[in-house]
Amino acid sequence: MKRIKINEQHCIGCRLCEIHCLVQHSKSKKIIKAFREERESIVPGIHVEESGYVSFALQCRHCEDAPCIEACMTGAMYRDPETEAVICDQDRCVGCWMCVMVCPVAAIRRGPEDQVASKCDLCMEAEIPVCVVNCPNEALVYEDDAVR
Amino acid sequence: MQLRKWLVEPEFRIERDPEKCIQCGVCVRQCANDVHEYDEEEEVVYSDSTNCVSCHRCATLCPTDAISIRPFPLEFRPNAVWTASTLRNLYKQADIGGVLLTGMGNDQDQPMYWDRMLLNASQVTNPSIDPLREPMELLTYIGRKPDSVQFERIAGQPRMTTQLEPQLQLQVPVMFAAMSYGSISYNASVALAQAAQQVGTFANTGEGGLHKDLREYADHMIVQVASGRFGVDSDYLNTGAAVEIKIGQGAKPGIGGHLPGEKVDAAISATRMIPEGTDALSPAPHHDIYSIEDLRQLIYAIKEAVCYSKPILVKIAAVHNVSAIASGCVRAGADVLVIDGYRGGTGAAPTMVRNNVGIPIEFALAAVDSRLREEGIRHQASLIASGGIRCSADVAKAIALGADAVNIGTAALVAMGCHLCQKCYTGKCNWGIATQDPYLTKRLNPNIATRRLVSLLESWALEIKELMGGMGINAVESLRGNREHLRGLGLTNRELQILGIKAAGE
Amino acid sequence: MKRHPYLIIGNSVAAIAGVEGIRQVDDDTPITILAREPHHTYSRPLISYWLSGQVDDGDMFYRPEDFYEQNRVDVILSQEVISVDPQNQTVQTADGHRIAFDKLLIAAGGQPIVPPDIPGSDADGVFTFTTWDDARNIRDFVTQQGVQQAVVVGGGLIGLKSLEALVELGLQTTVVELADRILSATFDQTAAELAQTMLEEAGVTVLCNNTVAEIATEDRQVKEAILHTGQHISCQLVVFAIGVRPNIQMVADTSIAVDWGILVDDHMQTSVADVYAAGDVAQAPALLSDERRCIPILPNAYRQGCVAGQNMAGADQLYRGGLVMNAVDICGLPTISVGMTTPDNEDCEVLTALDEEAPSYKKIVLCDEKVVGAIFVGDIDRAGIFTGLIKQEIDVASCKELLLTEDFGVISLPTEYRKHLVSGMGIEV
Repeated sequence: MKRIKINEQHCIGCRLCEIHCLVQHSKSKKIIKAFREERESIVPGIHVEESGYVSFALQCRHCEDAPCIEACMTGAMYRDPETEAVICDQDRCVGCWMCVMVCPVAAIRRGPEDQVASKCDLCMEAEIPVCVVNCPNEALVYEDDAVR
Repeated sequence: MQLRKWLVEPEFRIERDPEKCIQCGVCVRQCANDVHEYDEEEEVVYSDSTNCVSCHRCATLCPTDAISIRPFPLEFRPNAVWTASTLRNLYKQADIGGVLLTGMGNDQDQPMYWDRMLLNASQVTNPSIDPLREPMELLTYIGRKPDSVQFERIAGQPRMTTQLEPQLQLQVPVMFAAMSYGSISYNASVALAQAAQQVGTFANTGEGGLHKDLREYADHMIVQVASGRFGVDSDYLNTGAAVEIKIGQGAKPGIGGHLPGEKVDAAISATRMIPEGTDALSPAPHHDIYSIEDLRQLIYAIKEAVCYSKPILVKIAAVHNVSAIASGCVRAGADVLVIDGYRGGTGAAPTMVRNNVGIPIEFALAAVDSRLREEGIRHQASLIASGGIRCSADVAKAIALGADAVNIGTAALVAMGCHLCQKCYTGKCNWGIATQDPYLTKRLNPNIATRRLVSLLESWALEIKELMGGMGINAVESLRGNREHLRGLGLTNRELQILGIKAAGE
Repeated sequence: MKRHPYLIIGNSVAAIAGVEGIRQVDDDTPITILAREPHHTYSRPLISYWLSGQVDDGDMFYRPEDFYEQNRVDVILSQEVISVDPQNQTVQTADGHRIAFDKLLIAAGGQPIVPPDIPGSDADGVFTFTTWDDARNIRDFVTQQGVQQAVVVGGGLIGLKSLEALVELGLQTTVVELADRILSATFDQTAAELAQTMLEEAGVTVLCNNTVAEIATEDRQVKEAILHTGQHISCQLVVFAIGVRPNIQMVADTSIAVDWGILVDDHMQTSVADVYAAGDVAQAPALLSDERRCIPILPNAYRQGCVAGQNMAGADQLYRGGLVMNAVDICGLPTISVGMTTPDNEDCEVLTALDEEAPSYKKIVLCDEKVVGAIFVGDIDRAGIFTGLIKQEIDVASCKELLLTEDFGVISLPTEYRKHLVSGMGIEV
């Protein structure tokens, strides 16, 4: 499947990925409007982790054997048959946080309003995930993983 | 050091459009000068212009284009003599003392002679050539050429019997100027080396030594021997494609170099072969060179060390009697002479030296080429023009004036992202180029930088071909020293005479 | 007699995982499911959400409606298996059918425990809370009888989730817990107190070190719960949530070895070849333990079912062992507990951080520089990282000081492990 590869040596910690993720998952998809009106209600699916000068932007790894799918009690967490992305159907999620408990990279967050799980969906509506498109230093690369 | 506000206003003013700013904090995280600050209580980003160097990093990365940076609007009282920059320098020196430092090349409003020379094009006779339809040759060989060429005929086929001196083969007559690992980041060094390899030209280690991980590109790297002799050993000399002896640098002729100890980390220390944390001081002269004869000794010492397998370059700054010096260098055995004009860049130079010492490359090049021709030794060395080459037209003009090829430094840095803030000497390059701070060096992804450098050289190659085609020339060989293809615009008779070109209309 | 190549007893998580496991290896061979309940596969843990009205009928299903069809599963509902004959490879159903199999997966789950020795425990208004029908019965009873007060016996996971639903329905509730704290199996005193405070703020009365000795009735209707301490609590509804016993009666007196549950090896196979067990019924290898254990939690059930399914279809898949873990939201307070949270081993090192205001509580249990257990209350966002550290037995000596810090994250982990995680390849479940 196509995955987002993280090149941590190129991450500059600017967090443009987080910003554009939020915009992409907003109602308006307009950056200024999204930040004015929806900043508090959207939890980006990507988070930049920083320690000293090392940083990287981490989003769901869409694991081959995704523990979150196995742990999901409602069936809300599923693998999209087409893209093979791990998707959380927020209409079916009840916020039990079993997925949060088992995600080894802590890529699943509570939100919006702490009601349901929120995670990277590889930007289903865009051809290339917006975090990848907007990374100024190509620290995120969207590519087919040959291993699979 | 920050100046006292009552003496000098900030140089720039940051204007943040409140309608557009989304308080995302990208500018805060990108500024190494701590100009922007996010106030958590008020949830607003504030900017303090005092430390802004107008490098445009914040404005470029701002996702809503909310930031503009302008010269500070409070102008000094108009005075043609005591200009703003003069006053600023005076205030600064009076405040903190010491030699004024700066980075990059001379930025003063002195005449640009490239712009006062115009190229020719064919009309009707000697028709122009379409480079997209017909072969066009940019291949250039750098190195000593033989006095004459002998052939013999074997089985009816001619065969050259003359033993040629070692040559560097350039696919494009443009090389990267010497920039040391230390003055620029490792990533920038990698990008230059990779791009040189991909395009088929050469990068230059400068006085920084050759990082062990760059050895894989050594066949496209010229290794430099300068007055500090940093990183020089037999292995170093033999690894590079050619060896350059640096006598002087256009930005600071007669001045040595100084890499402060705080930049000498483990990797730089290993590469330069000096203790970690010590200042890397390059003396103004080579302490073993006090004459052309001494230079000859060093040239031949190196030729011996590399078994005469590589061309030896000698780099000098363009100074007043450059042609006589050049003649001496060639006679001393230099296979290639690099002349660095007074607009050449630097990581750090005293402002007064940068702005007031040396001469323009245009004159130096024309004078040297003429002198070597007069003396009948032009073929003994290739000529590289350097210092302020900005575009492909400058390259074409330089070649028409007599250069075999050119070096570009500033243009290459700009291709990698440099915005010419001239603060290289602070080590806080927000573009990750002139810094060793790991937080900043990451910002230059060498793969992107390589791609951009390759792109630049490839586009210049196309443009040079277009220009040559227009002149009806299909090989760069035919342009070299072909001053008939240049005309001067608004130049005095004396200038035209030195440049060896006619005036427009002649 | 028709033989079923793959026969599965059960229709919940482990059974469905069994189907998905088989299908990862074998695309076509038909699968047969025998389900005791009359429903399309639904999510057991959702019953509390259903009871409180947070989830409606349509959202109860664990897999889409066409799941059986898509996976070529022949599902027989309301068919309870009463015995398994491993020698003849048949099972016997309650209504007298004998069904032959080649490979069998027993994913029959567990049965809630109701202590028979408590007088009144068979009265109307006494319920257990594990199936959708249990929830339906409680809801009907509450509506029809106009129940005002309820007592939940057992302050474990099921007890608390049922409590939450009953509170949501507007009932005045009391929970009675035998241990000295609620969620005693997974929580320490501090975490339990935080959880108890949340319950109390929601109006629940929490009584620990206590239990129901008798249920006083009137016309078979529950009137009062009488506690060991003699206290009388007026109520019309009692929910027993004191534990679940694996459904092992069907293999009693067979060659299939049992202990507390059906014993399985690291391939989820029972002591009899071609007979597998998974989920709450199985007693399987466990992490952080030398003995096989019943760990009746959903992620384990899935993994076990999936491994069993793959092996039934011919793969050689290893079950790495289950881990006790739970995520439970207590009246809006998210909590997660993983592994050994209250160590009896003196060599263990315990790190804690408590902020009673937030409230937020973190506890990390280390043994030989490896994380073996963790509790998170309130701030749970990074809990998964610890689950990973426990499962992968990562030496955390290099980042021990950071474990409890605010910005602890993947970046704080040992470089090798971090790079492995970030690559997303072969994350082991």
